[in-house]
Amino acid sequence: MAEKNPIQPGPEGYIPNPASFQGCDLPPSGKALLYGEIVDEETAMREAAKALLTRKNPTIFPGPLVLWGWNADAMEKAKAVLELAMEIPNCRIIPMPDYRPKYPKINPEAEINPGHPNLTILHNRIEVCIFVGVHCHYANLSLRMIRAGTNCYTIALCAEMGHEDAMVSLRDVHADEIRRFRDVLVEVRKEMGIEWEPKLPPENPSLPKEEWVKVSPIDFGEYAYLLIPRRGEIVEESE
Amino acid sequence: MPEQRVVEPEYLILEAPRERKFITGSQAFAEAVKRANVDIAIAYPITPQSETMHLVGDLYAQGYIKDYYRAEEEYGAMSAIAGAVRGGARAFTATSGPGLLRGLEAIVSWPGHRIPAVLGIMTRVVNAPLSIQPDNVEIAYLLNSGLIVFHAENQQDVFDFTLAGFVISEKVDVYLPVVVATEGFFVTHAKGYVDLPPEDMKLPPRDPYKAPVPPTDCEIPPARIQRDAPVQKSNFMSYLIHAVWQQEIWSANRRAVKWIKHYLGGLIEVVNPDAEVFIVASGCAAAQGREAQRYATMEGLNVGLVKIKSLRPFPTNELREVLKNAKTVIVPEHNIVGWLAKEVKAAIPNSGIVVDGPRVYGGMTLPVELIMDEIYKAFGIKKERKTVV
Repeated sequence: MAEKNPIQPGPEGYIPNPASFQGCDLPPSGKALLYGEIVDEETAMREAAKALLTRKNPTIFPGPLVLWGWNADAMEKAKAVLELAMEIPNCRIIPMPDYRPKYPKINPEAEINPGHPNLTILHNRIEVCIFVGVHCHYANLSLRMIRAGTNCYTIALCAEMGHEDAMVSLRDVHADEIRRFRDVLVEVRKEMGIEWEPKLPPENPSLPKEEWVKVSPIDFGEYAYLLIPRRGEIVEESE
Repeated sequence: MPEQRVVEPEYLILEAPRERKFITGSQAFAEAVKRANVDIAIAYPITPQSETMHLVGDLYAQGYIKDYYRAEEEYGAMSAIAGAVRGGARAFTATSGPGLLRGLEAIVSWPGHRIPAVLGIMTRVVNAPLSIQPDNVEIAYLLNSGLIVFHAENQQDVFDFTLAGFVISEKVDVYLPVVVATEGFFVTHAKGYVDLPPEDMKLPPRDPYKAPVPPTDCEIPPARIQRDAPVQKSNFMSYLIHAVWQQEIWSANRRAVKWIKHYLGGLIEVVNPDAEVFIVASGCAAAQGREAQRYATMEGLNVGLVKIKSLRPFPTNELREVLKNAKTVIVPEHNIVGWLAKEVKAAIPNSGIVVDGPRVYGGMTLPVELIMDEIYKAFGIKKERKTVV
């Protein structure tokens, strides 16, 4: 890699230069990426926590793999994401529920879409965000576009091998690892002397009122009849 | 058919005991498919091509593959492969020459759709006047599409590259189709020694949920949400998504490097790394280059060989390192356009040391003597040509 710490918050310009093209490699198991360099997980977590605690409008973008309760792991991971959100002062949650284009245009207060993630970032003036539960391909597209066109600091909590184009990328992240990151964040928050009482993020004003932990199938509109599990059901594993 | 037990890819590819067999390249393809836990094979087995897909059909009859059918033509075959893979299946097909070009539109869409399939290609002449003899100009059409492209020197490579190809293509950070190309007839129809792991072992089944994109054919979230293909709706999308999508394909291609090193021992093989004259070749030309290197060594000439196993990702850094002290680089090829020579020239800083050739095409064999002529020239040795009438 020619440059030290090449993956920094943007805006990088008209077209991004992918981290992979700059020689950044994904981290091996047990390691993480920080600004394109392979580091210890603890180092990356602490740097991500500092960004979440100091930059404006911290926001979590949960993707389909945590939004849809398609197996027991996904539901547990969704709970862990909420627990993390509660510990980040003034954190918001804006979902990436799917990857389809939105007609006639996206509502940037309601959701983020990989077709034009900049709209949501810029509209809400988000300067630090977390991607979690987004399929790697779409996360990579979004992370690269965000780095090209915004000054947003991106953190990817990946269940697979990580993302070179995020400023901080942790790999093999499931519910337990999210809770570990939450603990590190709380520790850093205390070190920085920031006082905060844990509480759930505010309701998304563009979405119908709902309980985060008790979602009705009706909330899923035309897909409701396809939804597994339904209210009250516990599905341990998908087929 | 013996009862097959699932073993880890690392064991099957790298550690399992191997037994030597004397088989054709087509049989080597089939032996790899036999151990790869393939769900479906689809083919339009044009005649004459090779017997690869016929042998794979036999595997279906024996119970090694869950489904097999003959498509209406190559475009249909390649499109059906995409559908099967997006639906969660592990799929294999093979084609050749004009059939490859007929299916090309579908094939070059696979990387963008993140289709982890394995495609065998037995190269043959594609231009008029048609011929059924080997000529690998068709590989040039594949190099700029995002596919991972391996070029097999012999029957052993065919087996190893194909079996590892399934594993590499399904890595979440890669998730691209793998092409295993080899010269038709010279490899597919000829026999060579191949060391094979036991046939009662197979790879673990594909897990379609371990993927960078959702599988599509299911009607429940998170699968269904992918069905409406976003990049086809440009009027509602940022143009930048097309750009970063292409970047993602080539980023994934680059990520394959570490897996190729792990499962195949590297992107290149080097013989005599301290040589002053190198032969750089892939596929069958590497076999002839290997012989030329041996002849030259017997004559006391300091010649090395770089065999390129992976054309995509291309071993740019590896070539720069190996060839940094080379005086001359000879690139023998089985095609008229010299696509490999162009690749090598583009990879190294001092491209003037690359000799364009020798090349044969239209199905001609590549005599070792042609490569020796270039070696002699590189060392300033004059050899008299004898005319035989």
